[in-house]
Amino acid sequence: MAKELFFIIIGAVFVNNFVLSRFLGQCPFLGVSSKTETAVGMGMATTFVLTMTAVAAYFLQNYVLAPYGLEPFLQIVSFILVIASLVQLVEMVVLKISPALYNAFGIFLPLITTNCIVMGAALLIPMYKYNLIKSIALGLGAGLGFTLALVLMSGIREEMEFHDVPEALKGPAIVFITAGLLSMIFLGFTGLVPLG
Amino acid sequence: MANIILTSLLSMGGLGLVLGGGLAIASKKLAVETDPRADAIVEALPGANCGACGYPGCSGLSKAIVEGKAPINACPVGGAKVAAKIAEIMGVSDTGSADDKKIARVLCQGDKSKAKNKSEYHGVMTCKAASMVNGGPKGCAFACIGFGDCVKVCPVNAITMGENGLPIIDEEKCTGCNLCVKTCPKMVIALTPGKNEVHVRCRATMKGKDTRAVCSIGCIACKQCEKVCPFDAIHVKDNVAVIDYDKCRNCMLCVEKCPTKSITAAFPTRKKAVIIEEKCIGCTLCAKSCPVNAITGEVKKVHVVNQELCIGCGICIEKCRKDAIKMVRETQEKCDSCEACAASK
Repeated sequence: MAKELFFIIIGAVFVNNFVLSRFLGQCPFLGVSSKTETAVGMGMATTFVLTMTAVAAYFLQNYVLAPYGLEPFLQIVSFILVIASLVQLVEMVVLKISPALYNAFGIFLPLITTNCIVMGAALLIPMYKYNLIKSIALGLGAGLGFTLALVLMSGIREEMEFHDVPEALKGPAIVFITAGLLSMIFLGFTGLVPLG
Repeated sequence: MANIILTSLLSMGGLGLVLGGGLAIASKKLAVETDPRADAIVEALPGANCGACGYPGCSGLSKAIVEGKAPINACPVGGAKVAAKIAEIMGVSDTGSADDKKIARVLCQGDKSKAKNKSEYHGVMTCKAASMVNGGPKGCAFACIGFGDCVKVCPVNAITMGENGLPIIDEEKCTGCNLCVKTCPKMVIALTPGKNEVHVRCRATMKGKDTRAVCSIGCIACKQCEKVCPFDAIHVKDNVAVIDYDKCRNCMLCVEKCPTKSITAAFPTRKKAVIIEEKCIGCTLCAKSCPVNAITGEVKKVHVVNQELCIGCGICIEKCRKDAIKMVRETQEKCDSCEACAASK
């Protein structure tokens, strides 16, 4: 069990990194990766929400959708509903419990509602037929993988500020190229753990 | 078929109801109560959201004050007046005084006649633009350029450009908002504690000889101030004297000693020690501790402070075990009779 969980987390962080291998969550990946500080904040907030969502998705799938045969057409709708509410709730709870954390997350928390990594991870759980513990591991791994990708990218972009980028490639162009190269690097992890 | 429609309706409707209701309840239960005092403090603060206090805007500071993280006089713009209002709201006595105020001061005296130009500048007349062209027209790379970027940026019109090409900061008007400090490309304006009167008005880190070549009033790192200071408060670092404002007691000895007059002070504000005759028991402790030998007197007789010699350093007050010495300010007001006052006015 421990070995499987380890594989799930390593798999989600490196081998099947949600950003660099599955190509999910490109919008925040490119949007919030200009500064390392904000990248870390966004990554942490997303990890938090992803882990919570994995739990919610597991229960929704196994206690509502599957028993009533609603899975084929209501899965995405119901997951969106749950994720949005969850983010709202998390925002309120964080504000109540730790205003410092709330200030640190700032605008990122509500933005996560539209991050498709969250949806992707939620949809993978029924696909792989994971149990609760494994679902949490997947959510955590996905979040850590997202954080890793974001921090790597922000580090490169901060460094890039000081370098002479060709005029035509300035701005988003060079960022996309960098993202592509990063993705190719992550291909090197293929085969590290068995899929699924 | 009808069954599936019904179950999906019911389950999704139920889910929506549960989540919606849950959120509604949560928003009531988890409602964060804001402290009414925080709102009152926001009203009292200047509301400029300048960020000079180090918090994100006035509401950020008000929260910090209510939580006790920031002192009631944390707003450098509002000064003593606002501190008093906040003290009233918070129900504490006013601990802040005007002396805690920070004031921006120009740390350069290289005006047109003292720091010669190395080149003529014909271009956009801002310090920022001029500083980009070979470091500016002044011969000294650290000198004030004098095109008045600070004058333009000052929100309270506390800075005017003097005829000699150096900005003059009105210390009464200055709110310590730090804008001019940030704007100055030469970094010759610094935020300094309002209570400190002694300032090294030079930041040139070239060797003494090189400084002298470009400016007649720059610090040449001769270290005479370092030697004369009784409090270890002034040190030459990187070829320029720097005052440790926490240690400096405005004794102004270094100002007197400085051969290039690059250290300035408002001499009329210098304090003088006075011995309270009824309390003095003639222990001679003060006379022994005085760095300038201004106190004389025989054992068991009332001592006398020579007002001419006294530098107002305050060492004798610390040494006196009978609280028999007090400090008085010679003059409360600054005058225009000497250069130092005129510069600080």
